[in-house]
Amino acid sequence: MANIRLENVTKCFGRVTALQSVNLEIHHGEFFCVLGPPGAGKTTLLRLIVGLEKPDEGNIYIDDERVNEVHPRDRDIAMIFQNLALYPDKRVFDNIAFPLRERGMPAEEIKARVAQVARMLHIEHLLERKPGKLSGGERQRVAIARALVRTPRAYLMDEPLANLDALLRLEMRIELKRLQEQLEETLVYVTSDQVEAMSMADRIAVLYKGVVQQCDTPDNVYNLPANRRVATIVGSPPMNFLTCQVQRTDGQLHLVHSGFGFQVIGSDHPLWDCLCRALPAVQEVLVGVRPEDIRLYPEQPTDIIAFPARVAVSEPLGAETIVDVQLGRDIIKVITPPTQYFDEKQPVWVAFDMAKVHVMDAQTGARIYTTGAPEQLQCILPGTCA
Amino acid sequence: MASVRLENLRKEFGSVVAVKELTLHFPDGKFAAILGPSGCGKTTTMNMIAGLETPTRGSIYFDDRRMNDVPPGKRDVGFVFQNYAIFTHMTVAENIGFGLKIRGVDEATIRREVGKIAELLELTDMLHVNAGRLSVNDMQKVALGRSMIVKPRIFLLDEPFSNLDAAFRAYMRGELKRIQREIGQTMIYVTHDQVEAMSMADHIAVMDFGVLQQFGTPDEIYNQPVNLFVANFIGSPNMNFIPCYFRSEDGRGYLVQKHGSARILLDDRRRQLLERHPGNQDLIWGARPEHLTLHAEPSRPEYLQATVRFLEPLGSKTVVHLELGDQDTIKVIAHPSYREKAGTTQWIEINPKYLHVFDAKTGFVVR
Repeated sequence: MANIRLENVTKCFGRVTALQSVNLEIHHGEFFCVLGPPGAGKTTLLRLIVGLEKPDEGNIYIDDERVNEVHPRDRDIAMIFQNLALYPDKRVFDNIAFPLRERGMPAEEIKARVAQVARMLHIEHLLERKPGKLSGGERQRVAIARALVRTPRAYLMDEPLANLDALLRLEMRIELKRLQEQLEETLVYVTSDQVEAMSMADRIAVLYKGVVQQCDTPDNVYNLPANRRVATIVGSPPMNFLTCQVQRTDGQLHLVHSGFGFQVIGSDHPLWDCLCRALPAVQEVLVGVRPEDIRLYPEQPTDIIAFPARVAVSEPLGAETIVDVQLGRDIIKVITPPTQYFDEKQPVWVAFDMAKVHVMDAQTGARIYTTGAPEQLQCILPGTCA
Repeated sequence: MASVRLENLRKEFGSVVAVKELTLHFPDGKFAAILGPSGCGKTTTMNMIAGLETPTRGSIYFDDRRMNDVPPGKRDVGFVFQNYAIFTHMTVAENIGFGLKIRGVDEATIRREVGKIAELLELTDMLHVNAGRLSVNDMQKVALGRSMIVKPRIFLLDEPFSNLDAAFRAYMRGELKRIQREIGQTMIYVTHDQVEAMSMADHIAVMDFGVLQQFGTPDEIYNQPVNLFVANFIGSPNMNFIPCYFRSEDGRGYLVQKHGSARILLDDRRRQLLERHPGNQDLIWGARPEHLTLHAEPSRPEYLQATVRFLEPLGSKTVVHLELGDQDTIKVIAHPSYREKAGTTQWIEINPKYLHVFDAKTGFVVR
């Protein structure tokens, strides 16, 4: 078990900054995911922790020991890559036993340890086979077993499931989570798949262009994303963003879009505070709403305010249907139950879940406000205010 | 535009049969997907349609014309691959217009057509940008535009989005479907991603080991899978499968779990069907995670008792994994706020409308 801490870590390759002033604290026994699109700097981050790269600036600590100058071998961290690198001519048993033999462990003890991890990963029956005879998922388990067999201070995994097919990925996700709960070891897991991060992690660091955008629980990353980038990376389809004009007239604050509008009531409202006092120059904000927090009505509802729109196309997924809707000048994605049918070009009425509306600074993308209750923003129909 | 018809198409590579007696009809002007895991024969099928591979046996027709002996360059087929092949030293406009230019189309027409395509793909602002400076996402759009502009009779796409990031992939799914509807182009889209096939296609051909498993609309494929492979391959999280056998008691029919005591009472139609089915002692019932509901109390006798193992919170929903009997696990989609602890007893309600029964030996649905 180990605590891993990165302090102001910057890493450049030539003129490219791969990581910029990264601060992270990964706790003992934590399942920690680093999530980001390709090129975000995720693998560089792992290589720095394991010691395959040296930071240009900043410090890396493992259990409060500064390890910048410590050789990878002496950091005692196991790493599992997307490309498994098993020895094709060795039996599974020997593949798993390899790191123990290298350390000169007695044969009896090796046998016991290999048997133990093989049981844990359900590969006892494969020990005599060669990797070439195994399926992708079985090989992946062998690679994980090889990393688990010695008890390093932490495990690092670099997209270990990326090469597996969808079903196997699902199965291995469950397996990994169960395993980590049993082991109670520190696990740093790098992925570009937000479902993996959401479903397995205790905490997620969202990385984009070398900068940590947010580091928090899956719940908070999803429901209170720090900025537009995080809200786009987490959630599928991503959050909808609608550019609204900020109108400050006669002691009234409106957010106006070509298809809808919100009114902010009361000068004690946090948005009023933000847009009229703290950021008086901001002319545009982004209203962010997740696709599952929007409802479509074939007829105008009478009990709530809904905005007129038109269906562009619908994407049935079986369990749900994503409907692309033209709202004003933008297209938004809405998740609807599969039982609700919409035709192309059909007029619909759009209603937001007003307890889950986010407002972001259009320039920086930073989230400045999230409603927590429906009454915090008032809906107004387009064209009804100046 | 044209329809594409495959008749008993077979392709062997040495001793390996890549595609086995494939008969399919892709209607004119529709969006079709060929879906399957790697090695299922989907790309080989597409290559045969394009003329890049010669079938070992069988025929390929565009409308009523047999194409087997027509060289690829004469088939009038457009292509987009995973690795976009665009000219990085040309502007976006030059790239998109390339196919018309080499056909000797006049400048004014090219400019007009490029403008139309750019508008469709929302590339208008980038027409004069050097294509080498575009993002990966926009490069793929340019590759699409370059193939679209020559208005081929058939448009073939081989996993065109698999190099793009997730958010853009989700966006392009909607875009491509919208564009296809707008121009009415026959499109055949090859993918291993069931979400792409389901969301965009009018018809899906599911393949495995070179064999067509099922051909139907997304709704048919999802809600009426013909075998275990299709049922398992489509949907995420995948369908639950519980080994069981048929038992008749006092004129009532039940599916009884093999590794536990869960019993499902069958309606009369299903009871009669299964009574007559010779393999009725070796069955599998299947139910999708979103067609199950969890209850805290056994308020109805038909609810199945299960124990929570762990949760997978996904933000928009939570996948609850439960134990059903000794060896079976079952997944249920619950509200994102679901937070029951491991070890909690829950009662599962199954919507009988969405219950599937398969023969465990043959893998086929019993119906």
